[in-house]
Amino acid sequence: MENFFLEGSTKTPELRFNAETGSFLIEGRSIPENSVEYYKPLFEWLDAYILSPKQKSTLEVKLEYFNTSSSKCLVEIFRKLEKVQSSGYDVQINWFYEEDDEDMQESGEDFQEIIDIPIVMNVIQG
Amino acid sequence: MQPDDIIVSYKGAPSSGFLDDLLSVADDKLSVLESQSKLRKKVYHILVEVLQNIHHHYDNTLAQSEAPIICVLTRHTDGTYYIHTGNFVRSEDVSTLKSQIDTVNSLNPEQIKDLYRKTLDNGEMSAKGGAGLGIIDIARRSGQPLDYEFQDYDNGSSFFNLKVKISA
Repeated sequence: MENFFLEGSTKTPELRFNAETGSFLIEGRSIPENSVEYYKPLFEWLDAYILSPKQKSTLEVKLEYFNTSSSKCLVEIFRKLEKVQSSGYDVQINWFYEEDDEDMQESGEDFQEIIDIPIVMNVIQG
Repeated sequence: MQPDDIIVSYKGAPSSGFLDDLLSVADDKLSVLESQSKLRKKVYHILVEVLQNIHHHYDNTLAQSEAPIICVLTRHTDGTYYIHTGNFVRSEDVSTLKSQIDTVNSLNPEQIKDLYRKTLDNGEMSAKGGAGLGIIDIARRSGQPLDYEFQDYDNGSSFFNLKVKISA
């Protein structure tokens, strides 16, 4: 299947989802008013990936800011990856936050609480 | 208040282009003014959420010239920030908004965190992309009770004033 790449902007993150390697990246800011519009093509891509995933998929989340509308979309993305995992494949999420950014650390912990995929916390040294 | 305490102020149409400009000016000014990156991010984040909350709730049945929105971000000498917004909402939406704010104001930080996680896990998305998380997120990050007021107008609209305090 095709890879899914989308360049970032001041309000939307870069999305790099490589179907050949199973390595995925969400990086930048995610603060569009209506996040569903932005993430919908990715949801559709993931629905196709679920049918023929790599043995191991790794998603790196390196967000500087994200709004509450985007947090709902992240849940949706993680739920799709839960489906990959429950079909017997390895999935890991690496959550990145800057050393003093307790809010972003807590956001990672919010997802750890409600998502059944290992979410590994990674500190970016300032 | 000293004039240089005002970081951004806006009165006008709630169009997304103007709000983007407002956010970008606030972002630039905060990166010069605020040396604590943690506080700078918190203020910016709450400003984004407050403006998008307006975007999701403003009364779009009124002509934009008759129903401006107001947003003022100030920084006080003790380093505390205030975001003050005003916008018209439909009178029938007042009770929902009011009960959302009263709920978060009655909770302690740990309870607000639990409510946020529960809503993130189960909440439905609205057509405009609202997730029911805005007010909870603002209260959680601010860590202070939200100060608000509604003024009823006889045209079926109410003016919603919200004041959010943010300190390190």
